Formats: sequence, structure tokens, C-alpha cells
Amino acid sequence: MRHRSLLILTAVLTTGALTLTACGSRDDSNNSSGSDGGTTTVVIGVDAPLTGDLSALGLGIKNSADLAAKQANAKKYVDGVTFEIQALDDQAQPSSGQQNASKFVADKKVLGTVGPLNSSVGESMQKVLADAKLVQVSPANTSPSLTQGQKWNEGTKERPFASYFRTATTDAVQGPFAAQYLFNDAKKKKVFVIDDKKTYGAGLAGTFKAEFTKLGGKVVGTEHIDPETKDFSSVATKVKSAGADVVYYGGEYPAAGPLSKQIKKAGAKIPLVGGDGIYSAEYIKLSGAEGVGDLATSVGAPIDTLPSAKEFVANYEKAGYKEPFEAYGGYSYDAAWSIIEAVKAVADANDGKLPDDARAKVAEAVGKVDFEGVTGKVSFDEYGDTTNKQLTVYEYKDGAWAAVKSGELTS
Amino acid sequence: MNELPQQLVNGLLLGSMYGLVAIGYTMVYGIVQLINFAHGEIFMTGGFGALTVWLILPSGTSVLLALPLMLIGAILVATLIAVGAERFAYRPLRGGPRLAPLITAIGLSLALQQAVWAWYPGAKSARTFPEIPGGPFELGPVTIQTGDVFLLIAAPLSMAVLGYFVIKTRTGRGMQATAQDPDTAKLMGINTDRIIVVAFALGATFAAIGAVAYGLKYGEVQFRMGFLLGLKAFTAAVLGGIGNIYGAMIGGLTLGVAETMAAAYIAEVPGLEQLGGQSWANAWAFVLLILVLLFRPQGIMGERVADRA
Repeated sequence: MRHRSLLILTAVLTTGALTLTACGSRDDSNNSSGSDGGTTTVVIGVDAPLTGDLSALGLGIKNSADLAAKQANAKKYVDGVTFEIQALDDQAQPSSGQQNASKFVADKKVLGTVGPLNSSVGESMQKVLADAKLVQVSPANTSPSLTQGQKWNEGTKERPFASYFRTATTDAVQGPFAAQYLFNDAKKKKVFVIDDKKTYGAGLAGTFKAEFTKLGGKVVGTEHIDPETKDFSSVATKVKSAGADVVYYGGEYPAAGPLSKQIKKAGAKIPLVGGDGIYSAEYIKLSGAEGVGDLATSVGAPIDTLPSAKEFVANYEKAGYKEPFEAYGGYSYDAAWSIIEAVKAVADANDGKLPDDARAKVAEAVGKVDFEGVTGKVSFDEYGDTTNKQLTVYEYKDGAWAAVKSGELTS
Repeated sequence: MNELPQQLVNGLLLGSMYGLVAIGYTMVYGIVQLINFAHGEIFMTGGFGALTVWLILPSGTSVLLALPLMLIGAILVATLIAVGAERFAYRPLRGGPRLAPLITAIGLSLALQQAVWAWYPGAKSARTFPEIPGGPFELGPVTIQTGDVFLLIAAPLSMAVLGYFVIKTRTGRGMQATAQDPDTAKLMGINTDRIIVVAFALGATFAAIGAVAYGLKYGEVQFRMGFLLGLKAFTAAVLGGIGNIYGAMIGGLTLGVAETMAAAYIAEVPGLEQLGGQSWANAWAFVLLILVLLFRPQGIMGERVADRA
């Protein structure tokens, strides 16, 4: 009897496991169905959190990169080359990201990678990819040290990895931009700064704090939270008694939403302001009615003001992806497209064929791309950062993010 | 402004939720000496059970009217899964080595999490949970949210009902007997298999109540909500003395208050600025656990018992 029930249990679990893996492999086969004989297949690796709290942003990255590959194939943009996307899940964990980077390196068909979302994951992937001279274009990493070295804040900028590029602007721009808006336009003088201690969150909060105090504002309190828990009542109580007129949060929406809600409920009716990590439809959902009036800065001009962006939105809808493109959709498309442009340049320079050292050549070519993308002009400076420094402040009203002010950082 | 009363209330509220979930750990451990690591996920499925009831109800239903139905839904789902887990995952392994059911529990925990993630519509990110409108209530220096009122009523009430059940009813006394000595209890005519099922079901019921409280308090449920909370509740059960139901609640309250106080005040202690704040709350919770276990290995309310052979 005992043996039989054990058998049943094992059978059930095995079936379950098989079903789950089947789901996974079905996804993959969808992605690879684009190749046909006679042409070279170039794989663009995508690394992003496809499961877990940040999957809304991650799936938007994956879909947008996929759209770029499909468009290139449909237009036969590079003669004799078919692009494919291979998306790996990093679960927002640096260790997973590094493993994924090794997988990309091992696959000779991979000539470029898009991703990741998190700066901390980006940090762990950089060296693995750089050693293989495999180019990486992140649509979302905003930590300045990724391109300008650990000492960027002390004035000595040094690019650590030549194969790393990004289409997103850095915290060094985003944090101060938020500070200037809050101090000059919104007339906020007393801020409570909270961060989640991650590379992205702490970096953003740090650059914000520096600029805000430089302008003459006062930091009335600082807190660090653990984004894994959902009880921020002790922090909310502190914010209330600190008498701040605005809260700045460095971190992402899974914690920011409940945090904003709990701060307001505790009795401090002041807006929470964050970076592009909270600029997500998920934030609207999580912070609920309490979040109305909260602000977020995000990189680039509002996507619906650029004609190229309208085309992207229309194509994205036509392609019928289940998930929205979210905050980084346009940047992911541009990141993937910059790799496609680079592959084209390399192929053109070599009589329409890809050379043996294609990876190194592509990495070099990405640094020279210059085209009109979804988010505006796409090109990279000597550190691998985007030359597009446009930023926009959004406000949560009427159940969506509405653009309030768009501009460049004035230093 | 003095924020101490508010922080104390914050801690007590968080602690009552730990306590509600801790009851499940303590009851199951008390009777079968099994640490049911899937209990956090049973808590989570309770939350989704309540959410499902809310989604089925016509939109526009008042949350207060829907609340009893949501509670029933939560309890039904959680109990079904807990009893199913006992029947198909733990019972076949009973009498086997201790490690086997423990590993099964961890596996079950992951399976439940992933199942909800994969098959519950929209569960790949947090799902919003209805909130009770109105409030907050100002009581002197303390602000209490409408969502917390449910917890304030439910936690003591649940403890009272459980205490009555264990002491006064036949099944409750059967549970005590089974906990003391399962073999003798069996000889005395107690159906120990049934008692174990009841223990799992009761634990799940309180976890489900806790899950509804969680939803009302934080306005969201998500597939991972049971993991950390389950771990904390287990800590609370150990802190209070595992096997003792009142200990579970006291352990929960102690843990909740300790965590909140650490988050609020450690940073103000000279020399400890770096170790303060909410991000260190968990670390301080475990420091407390270690301290208590150093001086009272059996927990706050636990009795020292000889290890059963």
C-alpha cells in the first residue's frame, strides 16, 4: 500500500515536472522557428528576469528584442542573415545572469546580447561576455560604474569593458534630474530618502541626495528597506514623524508600490518619487488609489511624442505579444537593432559574409552605430553610454503615468 | 512626535499575523514531529482562495459583505491542500526516516509556489486584493487602518476558539493525547490518523485567516508571499516553544515587535547606525531567536521533554 501511494506521488510529480518543462520548450521552439536553410543564422541572446517580481519589465524587454529581430528578417535587412532571439531568465539574480552569459558565450551562433534589466546582474555578466568579446547592449542598466568604472564619482572615468554598451541613461543623470525637478519645479524642500540597497536603488538614491542637498534642499531622514518583505509600517511611521514633504525611493516597483501605499496610509500624504524602476503599469496597480500624485523619472522622451515610437507601438500591437512592452520596450528594440546594424556593417565590410572573428568585429561595430531608433538618435559615446540624455518626469494620474516635464539635465 | 506607540502597534499587528501562521507549524510539529515547510505555501493558497471568491462575486459587492465568503473560500482552499498534502505526500512517508517528509515538505512548497505562478491567471506578478474602505482610525498617538481591524479581531478570537477546542472538545483532547504519546493514544481507541488530519486542517484554517488578513493589510497577494512569511512564522513557533499553541502566538508577537523595534530604533543606538533600518530587521529577528534559544532551548512557553526514541 505504502509503495503504491509513493508510486502515485512520484508519477504525479514527474508528470507535473514534465508538463512544466514542456511549457518551457514550447516557448523556445516558437522562437527558433524563423530560420530556413541557405542563410546564416545569427542569434541575439536576451537576458532578463522572465519570472518573478520583475517579470513584467523583463518580458517587455524580451518581446521588444524579438520584434526587432522579426522586423529585420521581414525586411531582409541583412542579406543572407536570419536573426533569432534566445531569451534566458535571470530571475533578477546576478548568479543566474552570469550562468546565462556563459551559455551565450558557449553558443557560437550568438553574436550579440541584449540585457539585462538589473544593474547588479549586468555587473556579473560583463566580464564573462567581455572575455569572449561578445557585445552586450543593456536597455535598462543605469548604474554609472558599469561604463565609467568604480571611480566615476571621483572624476576619473575609465571604461572597464569595451564590449558593454547601453541605450539607457545612467543614475548619474537620472537622480540629479529628479532632484532638480523636485526642488525647482515642484518646490519641495524636505525629502526623506529610501533605497533598497541594490546597485540600482542605492546608486540612484545617492546621486539624488547629492544634487538635492547641493541645491539647498534638506534630507530629513534616510532608510534602507528589504524589498523581499512587504511590511514597511515601521518605515512609514518614521516618514510621517520626520515631517518630510516628499519621499524619494531608489528601487523597483514591487517594493515601491506597497511602500507608497503604506506611507500614505500611515498619515503622510506626500508624493513618492522614484526612477525608471517604478515607471511601470505594475506600480499603478500595486500602489492603488494611494499612489495618485506619485512621480517617476524615466529615460528618453515620452514614447508617444516620437513618430518612430508610434511605429514601434503599432508594430508591437500587430505582432500580438501577450505582455505590454513596459518601460524598457523602446530601449530593448533599439539595443537589439544596434546589434543588427553592427552585424550588417560587419557583413558589408566582408563582401556580405560574416568573418570568423565576427564577435569581436560586431562588438567594435556597435560602438560606431548611428541611426534613428524608437527612442530617438541611437549612438554611443567613448564609454559605451548612449548619447541620448533626454529624461522625462511622469506623474501617476487617472490610472496611468502622464508626462509632466521632459528635458535634459542642466548642470 | 513620539512614534513609540505607533511602532509598538505596527509590531503587534505584524506579530499577530506571524502568530496565526505559526499555529499551523506548532500543531503539526506537536503531533507528528514534522516541520511542515509547505505551510507558508498553504498560507499563500489561502490568500488566492479568498481572491478567487472576490473575483467570482459580482463587481461592486461591498468588501465587508464579501469578507465572510472570502474567508470561507480561503479556508476551504487552504484546508483542502493541507489535507491533500497530508494524505498523499506525508502519510506514505510516516514511519520512514525523519528526513524524508522534511524534504517532501520543501519539494511540496516549491511545487505549490510554481503551480500558482504557472496556472493562476495573472499570478506572475502581484495581484491586487480588495481593501476595506474607510478609516484610518486615530486613537490618540496611534493610527489604525481598516485592514488592520480585521487582524485585531481575528487573531485573539482565533486563539480563544482554538484554546477552547483543544481543552474542551473530544477531538481536542484526542489531539493532546496523540501529542503526548501516539502509540498509547492509539491503544486507548483514538483514531490518530484522523487526529493528524484535523491538526493539518486546523493549521491551514488559521493560515487562511492570516492570509486574508495579509491581503487586507497590504492590498496584494502573490505567489511568493508565503515563503518569507512562512519562515518567520516557523521562527515564531520555535521562539514561543514549538508544540505549544499559545507559544506560537506569543512567539509571533515577540518576533513582530522585536523586528519593528529593531527597524525603528537600532539605527539610533550609537555605533550601530550601519546595522539599523528596515533592511536589517530580519537579521535582528534571528539574533533574538538565537539569544532565546541559548538561554531557553525549549522556547518561551515550551516544556523540556526527553527526546522520543
